[in-house]
Amino acid sequence: MKILLVGEIREGRLRESVGELAGFSAALGAEAAMVLVGDTTQLPLFDGTLYLADALRYGQYQPDLHKRLVLAAVEREEPDYIVLLHSSYGWDLAPRIAASLGVAQISDVIALADGAFEVGCCNAKMRRIVKPHTSKAVLTIQPGAFPVLQHHGLPPVVHSLATGTGMATSLQFSGYRGAGRQVVDLAGADVIVSAGRGVGKKEQMEIIRSLAAVLGAEIGASRPVVDAGWVEHSRQVGSTGQTVAPKLYVACGISGAIHHLAGMKQSGFILAVNKDRDAPIADVADLTVVADLMEFVPALVAKLAGRRNG
Amino acid sequence: MNILVCIKQVPDMESRFSPNDAGTWYREDGLVFRMNDYDTYAVEEAVRLKERLGGEPQVTVLSIGADRVAEVLRKALAMGCDRGVHVRDAQASLKDPWQIASLIAAYARHMRFDLIFTGMQSEDRGSAQVGVLVAELLGYPGVSTIVDFAWNDGVVTVSRELEGGLRGEVTLGLPALFTCQLGLNSPRYPTLPNILKAKKKEITVLLPETLSEPQPLVSTLSFRQASRKGTGIILDGAVEEMAEMVIDILDERTTILRNKGGLG
Repeated sequence: MKILLVGEIREGRLRESVGELAGFSAALGAEAAMVLVGDTTQLPLFDGTLYLADALRYGQYQPDLHKRLVLAAVEREEPDYIVLLHSSYGWDLAPRIAASLGVAQISDVIALADGAFEVGCCNAKMRRIVKPHTSKAVLTIQPGAFPVLQHHGLPPVVHSLATGTGMATSLQFSGYRGAGRQVVDLAGADVIVSAGRGVGKKEQMEIIRSLAAVLGAEIGASRPVVDAGWVEHSRQVGSTGQTVAPKLYVACGISGAIHHLAGMKQSGFILAVNKDRDAPIADVADLTVVADLMEFVPALVAKLAGRRNG
Repeated sequence: MNILVCIKQVPDMESRFSPNDAGTWYREDGLVFRMNDYDTYAVEEAVRLKERLGGEPQVTVLSIGADRVAEVLRKALAMGCDRGVHVRDAQASLKDPWQIASLIAAYARHMRFDLIFTGMQSEDRGSAQVGVLVAELLGYPGVSTIVDFAWNDGVVTVSRELEGGLRGEVTLGLPALFTCQLGLNSPRYPTLPNILKAKKKEITVLLPETLSEPQPLVSTLSFRQASRKGTGIILDGAVEEMAEMVIDILDERTTILRNKGGLG
């Protein structure tokens, strides 16, 4: 079986995800080649054929050009699977490749299933086993789902890749912007009390704050809480916010979307409080309390405060 | 200017899901359906642009699905879309992203929309494919996962959300398609007068076979609950007792309360 891995760069730097793609390839037992629109001075540590196009010429976000470059590599390799990471680069590019080839795409693969693929659905609460009908297929793999494969030491065999830029679209990428200075650095906190959508409304953040106060914790939040403006963006935990690993992480009303888990699952001890016992947060939590936050948290705060004063 | 917004109706994600008879998707009985969260941002952005341009753009909202999806079309009309298109298809929830995108593209192709908004993914399937596939099928430039949209006399500048708090800025002309990420704007709640007005707006019903009959490219072999990988303890019961137990467990397994215990 042959597969073509699609590497990625961001802010001019090679993404570490290259190792996860190689890990997926090893799990599949496939012969892998890689295609990368990247920096010709930063080669991925990858033992195989590398089709390399220069990002100075083809841009860091020029989906139409990147699609054509990947298609050129597909033509040379004739792979069974074309594999990208399910990242902001991968989920943007993958459907374009699949549509051009007229083949199936399977998104956000978390495991292999005997010639088919396991994917999450319904906010990660459920799983599907999915099989492509086409002889080739495009796959995006979930970040963190496959172990990083360490490289053996041989440098890749590099083939340079080119495509015409004449028909490029009017689309212009004008660069990267940070989310702003991190006003709050959660990485140093021993205890973080994080609020999720289950908090329900802004006024109820007071209950979360009272727990943080009694534990001497920093406040964190999941994405919907930040989007709703209940907590400032600089306190967002997850793949689009900060990655944290405190001694104690208390997840209040956080269902545990994969993007949130990516930012906190390395915490020393995870306490989850959630009404839904099937929520994916229970998968990473050391202790899950199935309860209404508005009843449980005040009870916990009262007992902790009583103990402190008593 | 003509704008298209594509929306999906999905169940509340806090529901308990169980497999249908074929074991390929969830059973619908007892589920409460609503507009896919990502799509509410798509509707809002289209309506904001219409308002900004003095009401000139005509906003069409499209949804594919069983009779029940008329509810989310009415909500989008109450939020300010001008007309609805309901592709009535009781089998839609079993169709793959390629089939759904082909239906949308078949409708949109002859309508020559200038601008198309979709959510970046659905909450139930979560493939993040349909919007980008529609752009490819129509030959439109498409940009996924936008968290900012600025209009400047026919030229659009958007921010894509990348990982780790980073954004990428992209500028392009029309026609174009955008897939919307959470946080792009603050979707409005329909007001009572607008809900009443929406009842008079037109919803055109189309049958999928009149648009396109694409074959599926993937099949679902099984659908099941995610097995619990976690080895963590689960507590369920009376709140006061659970609070005691949580403190005991934290005492035993972490040093946090010992440190803070010094305070008292």
